[in-house]
This record gives sequence, C-alpha cells and structure tokens, in this order.
Amino acid sequence: MFDFISDYNDPTLLGAFWMTVKLTVFSGIASLVGGTLLAAMRVSPVPLMRGFGTAYVNIVRNIPLTVIIVFTSLGLADIFGMTMGAPDDFALQGFRLAVLGLSAYTAAFVCEALRSGINTVPVGQAEAARAIGLNFSQVLGLIVLPQAFRAVIGPLANVLIALTKNTTVAAAIGVAEAALLMKEMIENEAQTLLIGAVFAFGFVVLTLPTGLFLGWLSKRLAVKR
Amino acid sequence: MTSVLYDAPGPRAKRRNVIFSVVFVVLLALLLWWVYRTMDDKGQLEWSLWKPFTESAAWTTYLIPGLLDTLKAAGLAMVIALPLGAVLGIARMSDHRWVRASAGTVVEFFRAIPVLLLMLFANEFFARSTDVSTEDRPMYAVVTGLVLYNASVLAEIVRAGILALPKGQTEAAQAIGLRKGQTMSTILLPQAVTVMLPAIVTQLVVIVKDTALGGVMLGFTELLNARGTLAANYANVVQSFIVVAIIYIVLNFLITSFASWLEARLRRSKRSTGVALGPDDIDDLNAAEVGGTHGTGKDNT
Repeated sequence: MFDFISDYNDPTLLGAFWMTVKLTVFSGIASLVGGTLLAAMRVSPVPLMRGFGTAYVNIVRNIPLTVIIVFTSLGLADIFGMTMGAPDDFALQGFRLAVLGLSAYTAAFVCEALRSGINTVPVGQAEAARAIGLNFSQVLGLIVLPQAFRAVIGPLANVLIALTKNTTVAAAIGVAEAALLMKEMIENEAQTLLIGAVFAFGFVVLTLPTGLFLGWLSKRLAVKR
Repeated sequence: MTSVLYDAPGPRAKRRNVIFSVVFVVLLALLLWWVYRTMDDKGQLEWSLWKPFTESAAWTTYLIPGLLDTLKAAGLAMVIALPLGAVLGIARMSDHRWVRASAGTVVEFFRAIPVLLLMLFANEFFARSTDVSTEDRPMYAVVTGLVLYNASVLAEIVRAGILALPKGQTEAAQAIGLRKGQTMSTILLPQAVTVMLPAIVTQLVVIVKDTALGGVMLGFTELLNARGTLAANYANVVQSFIVVAIIYIVLNFLITSFASWLEARLRRSKRSTGVALGPDDIDDLNAAEVGGTHGTGKDNT
C-alpha cells in the first residue's frame, strides 16, 4: 500500500520534509532578525524610521507571498542576475531565493507580533519605573522587555506556524520540498487519498507540537493583569 | 509623544533624533540610488517596457480578466465558507462533547495544513472523480482549497464573536425561557454577526492573497497567472510584477480600510453591544494556533 513511496528518491519523502524544515528554520531566523529591526524602527522616537517601518509592513503584508517568491526567481535571479552565490547550483539557488522571499514576507509579521507585545505593557509600568529613578536602560531591561517578551511568545508562535505552512509556496519556484513532491506523487500515483493523508499528517506533525508547546509556554508565562 | 519605551523628548533627545533622521535619510537614499542604478544597468527603466500599462490593451486583455477571476474565486470561497464556518463554529460550542470534539478536530486539522496541499488534493480529486471540465478544474480546486481552510478560520471567528458578547445576553435569554437553539438563532447569532463583520471582511485579504497560489501551481487564470501571459507578450517581467503587486496592495488596502471603517462604526454604534472583532484580532486565528489559546497579549473586547 505504501510501496509507491520508495519509488521516489529525488527527493525522498523524508528528504522533502527535511527541506520544508530547513526552509522554516533559515527563514525563521532571518525574519526574526529583520522583524526585530523593523519593530525597533516602528517603536523608535524618530518619525522617519517609524514611517519607513509602517510603510514596509503595510506594503509587504498586502502582497501575496506567491508574488514575492515567484519574483525572486523570475525577477531577481533571471533579470538582475542575483544568483545568491550559487550560479551553477540551481537547487541551492532556488532554496536561497525562497529563503530570501519568505524572510522578507515573514519579517513584516514578526515586526507586528513584537510591536503588539511591546504595546501590551501599560505605560504606567514605565512611568512608575522612571518615578523610582531607574534610568533608560534599566527601564527597558528590567521592566519593559521582560514583560513584552512574555507577551510576544504567543503571537510569534503563530508566525512560526504560519511560516511552516508558507514554505510550501517555495514549490512555485521548484524548490524540492513537501508540496512539490506531493504534486508529483498525486499526479502519477493511484492512491490520491492516501498521498493526501500522508502529506497532511507530515504537516500536522510539524505544526501541532510546536503550537501546543508554545501555546502552553505563552499561557504559563503570560503576565496576569 | 510618550510611549512605554521613552518619554516626551527634551532638547537633547530632539537633537539626537534629528541626527538619527539625517543618518537614516542618507542610508535610505543610498539604497534607493542602488536600486535605481541596478534597474538602469539592466535597462529596466526603458519607457517601452512601461508603456503597455498606459494603454488599454494590456488592461482589457490581461490584467482586468485576471483580476476578475481573482475576485470571483475569492468571493465564491468566502460565500461558501461562511455558512460552513458558522456551522463548525457553533458546533464547537455545543453542549455535547462528541459534537464539540469532532468539530474541533475538523477545524484544527484544516488549519494545520497548508492551503496549497488542499488545492493540489482538490485538483486531483476533481480530475479523477468528477467530470468537471479541464478549463474549470483549476477554479474549482482553488475555491475548494480556500473553502476548506477558511471555513475553519471563520469557525474560530464565529466562536470568538459569540464569546465576545456580554454573558448577560445568554443569561437573559435563558431567564425568559428560550431554548438553546432559540438563544443561538434569535439572540446570539444576530448580534455576533455584527461583532465579527470586520473580522470576516479582513479574512477576504487572506483569501485574495491565497488565490495567487492557484495561478502558479494549478494554472488558474487569475491576476498573477495573467501577469505571466502579459509578460510573455510584452517582455516586461519586472514591470508587470510591480504593476500586479500594486494592484494587490490597492485591493487589499481597500478591503482593510473598509473593515476598519466598519469596526469603528460598530464600536460607536449605540444599538449594538459595542464589541467588535477587528483586523488585529484575526491575525492570531490565521496562523493556525493549534493550542487553542487565543488573544495572547491583547484583549478581544
């Protein structure tokens, strides 16, 4: 019943899901860095930086991820010659382009998650901290960020799960991850339902534990107000 | 302005902010100049590449039909997903444990799976088990995939909408002797619909964005797919991407603005309970939060 799985070796079923995991991890790290920078701009006292952050978030959030990913391949790579340091290895190039596109898109959502976390801290907390004579770095390090960080786990977990699911869009530029393998399998094999179930199970395995664990963590750490 | 991070700026802070602004402008200008140079080097600023978009042919032949297909798929998906989502959402709040559990399983399952997988599966299902014509099949597959995913997201919106109503509504209904079904259909649902209207409208943005997936992976003739045909004809890949991106941004911006306007209106309205689920509340739901812990860090009222 499952013997068709062994007919696929490039990539194998596990290999395809490993690619999904790699896409998630690399884009996750890059978008965390980018999103933090954006969030810092959006909450900064400099109006121009705030404006830039807002503009980036509003523009990127309203473009479909598919448009961004396909553009990295057809636009950045083919027209502008951005080969991402792998001009001959098209698999690696596609992977890096997909990570670039996914990170640029996800950074906007990370930024919003971080900002909503900072916004949960009541202004009175910082005012009280200043009133007892703490300086800026103490206010930030001892009062605001510890509270903001706990409030941010839940929204960030959502972004991570959405990112895991969004990596399937990389199939649009031929990155050999789970959705592309599923497309190939489901078109060539007879067991439509079984193939669907196998891949659905794979994604449930990837997203469910993450969601449960981070959901539990965010509930446990939530600041009771 | 005062925020939780910093106080209203004094003279020194103001001077520092000006310096930051100048440095930032310089960096931004450098970036823009680099983009301009790269575009120019590759000849992407040639007027002949942009010209098609000033003429009606490119719009009437490619972009507008594509946009209409995008809107058609998005609208259909929303119309079909809404009643399904309502049923699932209400079932999730049932007093019978097995109804609650099965609705919950369905909702969490479809939220945990990428919508592309659902589309690919639906496409193959329609190809093998039904006699939907090859031309219509991508559209059917895209709508089916979107319905399955969004019905489960809408189920959560419906549930959040009903839970956001003041508890007194249910208690008053019980006090005057209404049955469970009556309470739901005559008291809670009509109010919940207004509460969740902005969130439902915002969900349209997600649906519109996801239709693009069908254009690339299944050959559905929506906007992004039409862009491909257009660019093949005029040889203006970069320009067509920019124009299509702008169309998406404007479209989604209009939808979001409408939702925010609705939300503001509902919050002001004296006839409603003054509760509304806005665009911000919906971000959590879309990400398939499997643990079922909603509204982390913000209150939903």
